[in-house]
Amino acid sequence: MKSTDSLSLTLNLNNATVQTQAAFADTLLTVLRDRLQLTAAKRGCNQGVCGACTISIDGKPMRACLSLAHNCVDASLHTLEGLETDQTLRALQSAFEQGGALQCGFCTPGMLMAARALVQSNASPTVEQVQQALSGNLCRCTGYRKIIDAVRSAAQSLRGEP
Amino acid sequence: MSEVTAVGRRLPQLESREKLTGQAQYIADLYRPNMLYGAILQSPHAHARILGYDLRAALALPGVRAIVTGDDVKEEWRLGAFIKDEHALAKGKVLYVGEIVAAVAADSEDIARAAVRLIEVQYEELPAVLSPEQGLAASAAVLHEKADQYFKVFDTGTQANLCSRTSFAEGDIAQGWRESDVIIEQVYETQAQAHLSIEPCGALAEVDAAGRVTLWSANQSVFRVQANVSESTAVPMSRLRCLTPRVGAGFGNKMEPHVQPVVVLLAMKARRPVKLILSREEDFETVRARHPMRIRVKTGARRDGTLVAREVELLQDCGAYADDSPGVLGYALLMSVGPYRIPHVHCHGRLVYTNKLRFGAFRGFGVPQMTFATESQLDELAKQLGMDPIVLRRNNLKGPDDLWLGGQRILSNGLPQCLEAVERESGWAQARSQGRSLGVACTAHISGLLATGAIVRVLEDGSIVLNTGAVDIGQGSSTVLTQMCAEALRVPVESVSIASPDTDGSPYNWGTTASRITYTTGRSVVGAAREVERQLKVHAGEMLECSVDDLELLLGGKVAIKGVADRAVSFAAISARAHWAAGGPIVGSHTWVFDQKTVDPKRTAAIGLPFPQIGVFSFGALVVETETNTVTGQVRVKQAWSAVDVGKAVNPLLVEGQIEGGFVQGLGLALVEEMVWDGPRLANPTLMDYKIPTMAEAPYDLHAIIVESHEPSGPFGAKSVGEIGINAVAAAIANAVNSRTTERVRVLPLTPERVLKAL
Repeated sequence: MKSTDSLSLTLNLNNATVQTQAAFADTLLTVLRDRLQLTAAKRGCNQGVCGACTISIDGKPMRACLSLAHNCVDASLHTLEGLETDQTLRALQSAFEQGGALQCGFCTPGMLMAARALVQSNASPTVEQVQQALSGNLCRCTGYRKIIDAVRSAAQSLRGEP
Repeated sequence: MSEVTAVGRRLPQLESREKLTGQAQYIADLYRPNMLYGAILQSPHAHARILGYDLRAALALPGVRAIVTGDDVKEEWRLGAFIKDEHALAKGKVLYVGEIVAAVAADSEDIARAAVRLIEVQYEELPAVLSPEQGLAASAAVLHEKADQYFKVFDTGTQANLCSRTSFAEGDIAQGWRESDVIIEQVYETQAQAHLSIEPCGALAEVDAAGRVTLWSANQSVFRVQANVSESTAVPMSRLRCLTPRVGAGFGNKMEPHVQPVVVLLAMKARRPVKLILSREEDFETVRARHPMRIRVKTGARRDGTLVAREVELLQDCGAYADDSPGVLGYALLMSVGPYRIPHVHCHGRLVYTNKLRFGAFRGFGVPQMTFATESQLDELAKQLGMDPIVLRRNNLKGPDDLWLGGQRILSNGLPQCLEAVERESGWAQARSQGRSLGVACTAHISGLLATGAIVRVLEDGSIVLNTGAVDIGQGSSTVLTQMCAEALRVPVESVSIASPDTDGSPYNWGTTASRITYTTGRSVVGAAREVERQLKVHAGEMLECSVDDLELLLGGKVAIKGVADRAVSFAAISARAHWAAGGPIVGSHTWVFDQKTVDPKRTAAIGLPFPQIGVFSFGALVVETETNTVTGQVRVKQAWSAVDVGKAVNPLLVEGQIEGGFVQGLGLALVEEMVWDGPRLANPTLMDYKIPTMAEAPYDLHAIIVESHEPSGPFGAKSVGEIGINAVAAAIANAVNSRTTERVRVLPLTPERVLKAL
């Protein structure tokens, strides 16, 4: 068997069981984008640096481009598409929109996934904590300040503060 | 029209929701029925003659549908914005490592990439030119042996590896030196910077049964894509329909072509749709980058700090093809006096072909490099004169009657307010007296250039569709243009939809570049809306039986008799009448081309002028505070205050986004970013090895300050803001860092090694 031969693959993706095909060497990003045609996770560098492919694997923000698809059969996977009703994500989306924390939007889904994990583990992140938690997600448009403000503002609204 | 309904509002970008839910579609997200996947073969040599291709093994691979090489394009199919010196892919010779030599279309990307590796190309290696200095040597190998036959859009002075040259002279430079008490002369050097839009470049082309091509791509102008592909494939423009999905940012890299011509050739040969997306490494190696520059600046001043004379000599690395480089050279020189009154000027520059990837347009268009040189020099002058750097600058600012280098009038200038704002907000004098490292720089930019249009249509239900052909590359121009249309017609923003750029249906727009959309396209939007207003009033006058002169637009999509709000007809009623009964559907259109002359020949001697008509002027002033680790030489930017005169902020939220984003991209140029060549090969074409600022390095205390000077020729007084925020950053950071060093660092980036040596 060659690494390019296709094998059937079953994933627990966005709260559903998904049947697809993937080669041994295929990354999760290849499966999500090129087989399942999900568009939220982006291919920016394909080597784990830019963070545009960040998704949730068992609740942790991970690089889909560094994860082999066949290694993820037992994991619970979430992309932005599967989190429409997630309260944390909705607060972040709203804060990003109102605060102008996105421009071209290419890094945005990955940025949101990393921010969601931060806010879930830290209800009141400081500026420095946001900078640290999101420093693995590159944005070339915004200069980052509005992203930091949006993450903190979303955390504040999730705490029930005005 | 006193109440503001749309212009001036901090309106979130209209595409926010689709981007925030992951539904936005970029080029890599598009598919067509029966689509093939493309891959490129890149040159392993910096300079070599192509003797032949052996495609047999690649063509024999199952799933390979088409291969194109330089043999598929004719010699005369050359493209280029200023000099037509480039083919869709290498023909006859390769001129840099990484250049596209061949491309494959296959059933899958894996097969296409496997096939590429089976292509054999026979090369005869030639000596490589790896710097402008080498390129100008009499013994240098010549990259473009037929350069004299190339079509050129202006008098470039091309000769051997000299791609173009430009010079400006005003006053009498010899007299200037005689009048100067102090003269400073230094050389400043800047590096190659990668644009690094997070979205890599790509394209998708399909050809219909009649041979007409439809082309989607990551781009900054569907019309430049159309022109470039037409020139390099001989497909007539009318048979090329160019469209755009969402664009994952462009900072100049997506303005001129990348893979679009190759993808069209593949689709025509395979007779099936073909999509090709560059890998990050390929994007680094084949698209384009910011020019390295070597700039000698000489400035003369009186003892009181009055600037008298300025001489600039610029040596600019072109890379292998001209691309936008002649424009960058001319523009950098035009901005080399900056926003100051200097009576005696001589500046000249040379652009030299080298065996590297093409350098081209990158946010700032040469001004960040030139500003680094000239604003560094002003600080050196201030130090020598014992003057405060802000005072020196303020005392020399152009006044209302002063003309730009070349002789163009300045219609609005908010620079004094910008400088005052950053001085005040930063606590400049006090902070410096406390020994903190602050640096200042001023800059200017244009908003303008070339042709633009807009079409405004009133649909049957009275809602509005705006069509401009301007590609929103993420900065939010569609939102801003929609706001201006809504404001002009006094309707809610929600009643206006903006059409996606389409060369079949949109009016011409040169491109999203040169900080031009708000200013130039905004003017067309207002012009088209005014025509719609006129037509609406003709109908309303007939419906209300009154003179059109007695009518006004009411807020919310109505035309009423002035002062009698209940004698009104809705846009919906008017448009229904226009569609079904009288007059015909309401369509307003407007086009124009920027036509103020850059150079007054009675005042200025100019040679090799790439832009005879350039734009109106925006201004900016920046103060930064840095902190240098005296053990490691590492520089951190602690705070920044960036004030920009935008004429009028149509959308302050998005204006801030441009100022902040430009700042951090400039911080990368100042401190960390550099494309490095190991001999002829780019040594760091990956994000592992090429670092851009992350959230941890960008200062949170980044203060965008908006100054509104009201540009009389601009829509609602607006100028544009896309580039100016980056121009002064490297200069201001260098001035802050160098305020604490013994020796001055005049080379970018300000690496720990360089700073440590200078401490």
